[in-house]
Amino acid sequence: MRAEPVVSIRGLRKSYGPVEAVAGIDLEIRRGEIFAFLGPNGAGKTTTVEILEGFRDRTSGEVSVLGVDPARGDTAWRNRVGAVLQESSAEPGFTVRECLQLYAGYYLAPRDIDETIALVGLGEKVDTKGAQLSGGQRRRLDVALALIGDPELIFLDEPTTGFDPSARRTAWDVIDGLRALGKTVFLTTHYMDEAEHLADRIAVIAGGRIVAEGTPGTLGGRDSMATTIRFTLPPEVATAELPAELRGLLAGEDGPVTLTTHTPLVHVHALSTWALERGIDLPDLDVRRPALEDVYLELTKAAP
Amino acid sequence: MTTAAARGPFFLVLHQARYDLLAVIRNRQARFFTLILPVLFLLIFVGIFGNHVVHGVKLSTTYVPGLSALGVISASFINLVISITVQREEGILKRRRATPVPAWVLIAGRTLASVVMSLAVVTVLLTVGRFVFGVTLRNAALPGIAFTVVVGSIAFCVLGYALSTAIHSEDAAQPMVQAVMLPLYFISGIFIANSNIPRWLQHVASVFPVQHLANGLQNAYDPTQTGVGIVWTDIGVIAIWAAVGLAVALRRFSWLPSTAS
Repeated sequence: MRAEPVVSIRGLRKSYGPVEAVAGIDLEIRRGEIFAFLGPNGAGKTTTVEILEGFRDRTSGEVSVLGVDPARGDTAWRNRVGAVLQESSAEPGFTVRECLQLYAGYYLAPRDIDETIALVGLGEKVDTKGAQLSGGQRRRLDVALALIGDPELIFLDEPTTGFDPSARRTAWDVIDGLRALGKTVFLTTHYMDEAEHLADRIAVIAGGRIVAEGTPGTLGGRDSMATTIRFTLPPEVATAELPAELRGLLAGEDGPVTLTTHTPLVHVHALSTWALERGIDLPDLDVRRPALEDVYLELTKAAP
Repeated sequence: MTTAAARGPFFLVLHQARYDLLAVIRNRQARFFTLILPVLFLLIFVGIFGNHVVHGVKLSTTYVPGLSALGVISASFINLVISITVQREEGILKRRRATPVPAWVLIAGRTLASVVMSLAVVTVLLTVGRFVFGVTLRNAALPGIAFTVVVGSIAFCVLGYALSTAIHSEDAAQPMVQAVMLPLYFISGIFIANSNIPRWLQHVASVFPVQHLANGLQNAYDPTQTGVGIVWTDIGVIAIWAAVGLAVALRRFSWLPSTAS
């Protein structure tokens, strides 16, 4: 049995006067997946998410979130959806626990408060007021507030913007934990490493259109893109001395020697065999698959 | 655990009011302007102008109802506009709206919190007035005071929701409410007794709800009056203002930050 998609979008459009912020997109998100929605600022990301959250009207198209049109989302529907908004402060006068008590009261069947606080790693801060929390702790409180109603679907709008690397890691662990709880997550971000680490599936929006959709490994044909081999030759060795089969792969003139190849194993072998025979060390040898970021920049370059 | 939402809308309003009240009480600035400043004004005014008897009434007796009106307006209008604007611009209102709580519950809860604070500040003023300055009122008029405070508080909350739609940043909220209210306080008999205000200026003030709230609260202290102390003409003007405020708020109030459009 194929489960009904949690989010289904067909031909969604949103215009602000003559400007088309969302120019006809189709998306489907399945139960239990972490879906990442990527795109540059102004690409239509936030507009789309706000339509899905029921905060914004659409110009045309069909949208269904948990089987309900979010423009007509009622209390029963809101009980099943959680949202971490892009910009929302903590309630300054309330402690972490009071904040969760306030929000728990809004739901018919909320999660356990202490358990939810522990889940986002704020156990030490239960009695700290919102105003005294660090940026990362506030964001975790946001996640706790989105979770307290025990939603089936959670929107996370740029949940780690402004985090230091260690806070980011902690947040990722929390989001990974949502997967374990069986939640469906709709994540928007502009950090490629975040999408790569967390997402089961990625869609890239640019200029109001979906320009690519796939898994982190296959997005935008990433799996079929060339691998780069980089190294520096000792000063007494010229590039021209490389074996012919490697010289043909040369890309770029300056800096370290750069080769691009679709058969990295063969060419790394050829390179190492040649270097060992010549007694040359290549201490900075680097073999790199195309990064998600490269794919993303390529995909979003063309769009206005 | 049965949640407020599960117990029904009435309990949900109480739940919201309880936390909104807690937030106000925890906010130093709100606490000072709402609960302390009106009492401070009473002490200062009596200190400056004395507490002698004019036309058979102690001077302090004319200050208590006027400052009660100021207290109600602080607890309702001023406090609400500032907190609502801050919460809206910081995305707190938007986050609350992303939960199942109905919009009217948030509005009713916040209003109820202001009504409770209004009753509290008026009680404090009455108590200080009676025991420090010997201000007396007709006991029969106590229900009238309570009624006028509740109606006034609700009306000024509605006007607060309406005014908040014209304020687009948190920094502008405080100057804006003061700019609206300070002139009205001066011409409406709050700071200066009506007998010292030129007649034409009293007519100007009579268009606005501040004078009518002060006047409605004055009745209970007037020994020449009888009855429960509800002045229906004043209540009527306040209600008309509330209706106008409601129309504006319904058309223009937004839960989203103004920067997010």
